[in-house]
Amino acid sequence: MLNKSKLVAVVLCLGALLAVAGCGENDAKATAENKLSGNITAVGSTALQPLVEQAANQFMGGNPDVRIVVQGGGSGTGLTQVVQGAANIGNSDIFADEKNGIDAAQLVDHQICVAGMAAVINPNLNIDNLTKQQLVDVFSGKVTNWKEVGGQDQKIVLVNRTKSSGTRATFKKYALGGVEEATGLEEDASGNVRKIVKETPGAIGYLALAYLNSDVKAIKLDGVEPNKENIAIGKYPVWAYEHCYTLGNPTGATDAFLNYLLTDDVQKTLVPQLGYIPVTEMQITRDAAGNVK
Amino acid sequence: MKITSDTTGRVLSTGAALVTILLTLAIIVFIATKGLSTFIINGVPVKDFLFSTNWFPDRPLEEGGPQVGVLAFMLGSIIVSLLAVLVSAPLSVACAVFIREIAPFWGQRVLQPAIEILAGIPSVVYGYIGLSLLVPFIREHLGGLGFSVLAGFLVLSVMILPTIVSMSVDSLRALPQEWKEAAYALGSTRWQTIRIVLLPAARSGIITGVVLGLARAFGEALAVQMVIGNTRKIPGSILDPVITLTSAITMDMGNTPMGSLWSNSLWSMGLLLLFISCLFILVVRFVVQRSEMSQ
Amino acid sequence: MKARSADKLATAIIWAGALIVIAVLASIIGYILFNGGKSISWDFLTKPAQVIHSGGGIGPQIFNSFYLLALSMLITIPVGLLGGIYLAEYARPSKLTGGLRLCIETLNSLPSIVIGLFGLLVFVNMTGWGYTLMSGALALTVINLPLIVRYTEEALQSVPASLREASLALGASHWQTIVKVVLPGAFPGLVSGFIITSGRVFGEAAALLFTAGMSSPALDFSQWNIFNSSSPLNPFRPAETLAVHIWKVNTEGLIPDLRRVADGSAAVLILIVLGFNLLARWLGHRIYRHMTAT
Repeated sequence: MLNKSKLVAVVLCLGALLAVAGCGENDAKATAENKLSGNITAVGSTALQPLVEQAANQFMGGNPDVRIVVQGGGSGTGLTQVVQGAANIGNSDIFADEKNGIDAAQLVDHQICVAGMAAVINPNLNIDNLTKQQLVDVFSGKVTNWKEVGGQDQKIVLVNRTKSSGTRATFKKYALGGVEEATGLEEDASGNVRKIVKETPGAIGYLALAYLNSDVKAIKLDGVEPNKENIAIGKYPVWAYEHCYTLGNPTGATDAFLNYLLTDDVQKTLVPQLGYIPVTEMQITRDAAGNVK
Repeated sequence: MKITSDTTGRVLSTGAALVTILLTLAIIVFIATKGLSTFIINGVPVKDFLFSTNWFPDRPLEEGGPQVGVLAFMLGSIIVSLLAVLVSAPLSVACAVFIREIAPFWGQRVLQPAIEILAGIPSVVYGYIGLSLLVPFIREHLGGLGFSVLAGFLVLSVMILPTIVSMSVDSLRALPQEWKEAAYALGSTRWQTIRIVLLPAARSGIITGVVLGLARAFGEALAVQMVIGNTRKIPGSILDPVITLTSAITMDMGNTPMGSLWSNSLWSMGLLLLFISCLFILVVRFVVQRSEMSQ
Repeated sequence: MKARSADKLATAIIWAGALIVIAVLASIIGYILFNGGKSISWDFLTKPAQVIHSGGGIGPQIFNSFYLLALSMLITIPVGLLGGIYLAEYARPSKLTGGLRLCIETLNSLPSIVIGLFGLLVFVNMTGWGYTLMSGALALTVINLPLIVRYTEEALQSVPASLREASLALGASHWQTIVKVVLPGAFPGLVSGFIITSGRVFGEAAALLFTAGMSSPALDFSQWNIFNSSSPLNPFRPAETLAVHIWKVNTEGLIPDLRRVADGSAAVLILIVLGFNLLARWLGHRIYRHMTAT
């Protein structure tokens, strides 16, 4: 069946496929006429991926010579690849300084938007507010029944994110004051957390505001409702910036794209649509150590 | 001309054989290089890695520094996959006997295609069905959270069924027809023939199938992760949640920067998986060799 | 008498075992098709996926799944076929043969997540390609290869020795015999083996999460130049397959009609896998009849 010429053809095809690899170079440069062109690769946070992807589609509509490829892979992957130069932009849910093993000094931070996070409970629980101390007690395992914090007689089931998750890091830092969580169920994905909290009696977990819906009940913290307004004025503390990191200062198309992410085209439409808070509407700023200005 | 084409053929097929070998070696070498760096670069003692349940990969130095003990993950993997095999092996052998001996017509027309389809269902779908049907069922009727060792091994037992069945069917098929006829001629019932003649003769093939099933169960990732709850501690009962090596890897790999201790220890878990699946292969070879010697 | 009743009891138990397996399969397939069947429509099958709004489809994901499969088969079949030929025709008991068999067994029992990690390290990071179809195809190749080699070896060995001897007696060389006599004789077995393998890897997700990626950039289906970066055929673009899409929608989906998309995708995936199985049986049978009739 397989004669020599066919074999040769197959080998040639394979060779051609491999040769295309050369076309995947990540050089972004502006041409002489100042028309933007080049390839941009953005890798990292799966939470930020939909936003950057949609924004990239809009951006490419206006700049047909720019090609932006957006990939997930997680914040750790994004930071690693941008440090190595394998990606132009590394998307991350947390400050690079907060990840062990990343040389943050080489990286330039571009804060694109803010993700708020809320503690969510099973909708059958008759609780809608917890003080910060109560929340800490619940998550540290000090309190194991809802009746101890004003609810019905129901065992508490903790649904944590996986330890490496940016959401967990943020929640631990700003909602729990850095207290180590007790062992509970662990999930790495928001969709699964929501499903588990919805279906498991007595469950409590935490979600980014984008994932809130009627399946679960978001609770107030010290009487403050987790919403965009309260976060923007600094009343509700559990939130994190979504970052785009570049290795050194960005140039050419990458620079233009990062600037585009801060224009109203993105901040006023896509950002709220995806459940984020525009960074342009934040009335406070916060650094990696948590100091508010 | 005849000689050249013959040489070409021999060279090409030997080349393909070499490529396969090189590929396998490459996988082992690459995973080993990454996986060993936990011990070589980060200096974690192998003993602490394997026999400790302390998993604090990001603990700051002032609180005692990071620790990466994977005992809980390893035990979780072992418990879940062994139980899966306990459920699946008898069922699979029954299916194989059904297909070959009891009802070949229904077996080959209905049961065998059905089992082939089971093999083709993606693990994501198994996980999703487990999450939507099995987990609530266990929570409501048996107690606990539903996310449990039980849910994990039930899902796995269905997933490894095709592996064990197909190996068992193959080894039953390979038996000489005369043995069966001789047993019947001596007045044995069908069950006696199966129990005394056929199953013992097909033993090594069946054991091979069971070990390969065990290997599959051990390495399965996505389906298991969705139903076991991923609690990082050793379970006390089959209704308790549990965590496995594979689910620890999938959950954290993307979020940890390459080269950090945390990421390295995930690679070490991958190496551990690789090592264990090689161990399974050696067991299979041992079983096959022994049965060849006894014949 | 006791042997008789034991026989009856054992038969009943084995029947019960078989029925349990059928029932499990029927409930799995029934559940998926019942839940997902109602969301399958032409629009759903052809439209691109949505990130925020409802009404998205799975068109590009279906295309990616098939294209990835084809790419991977393009690499696997020549290597696997030759490897199988080596084992069935050339292999003498030697170190190389023993090593090859050990390697194939090892590859076959490797957890797909380990293959995914290897792919991440070598095809994604070391080559600098990033998450691409090509990286995914190569990872799938690692999964496919042992299966294809095994199917090939089995199919070649099932060709009667008399055919081979007749060909050699007529003065054909060994290679000529393989190509002109043995391979055609093994063709039905090869075809169904390849298709069954395709069905198996069609649903693979764990290895692809780390290699082909979870994003699906907009595809321009009028652009068929393989070197153009927006062409669906470009093997160096990231691609999300159907199985990965199910995983992603279930875990990170933001769309309001998440259930519809997830259930519908699962149903489509199952139907395609069923299709592969039926095709393998039908085609194998048909080619066999065609060949024996002429």
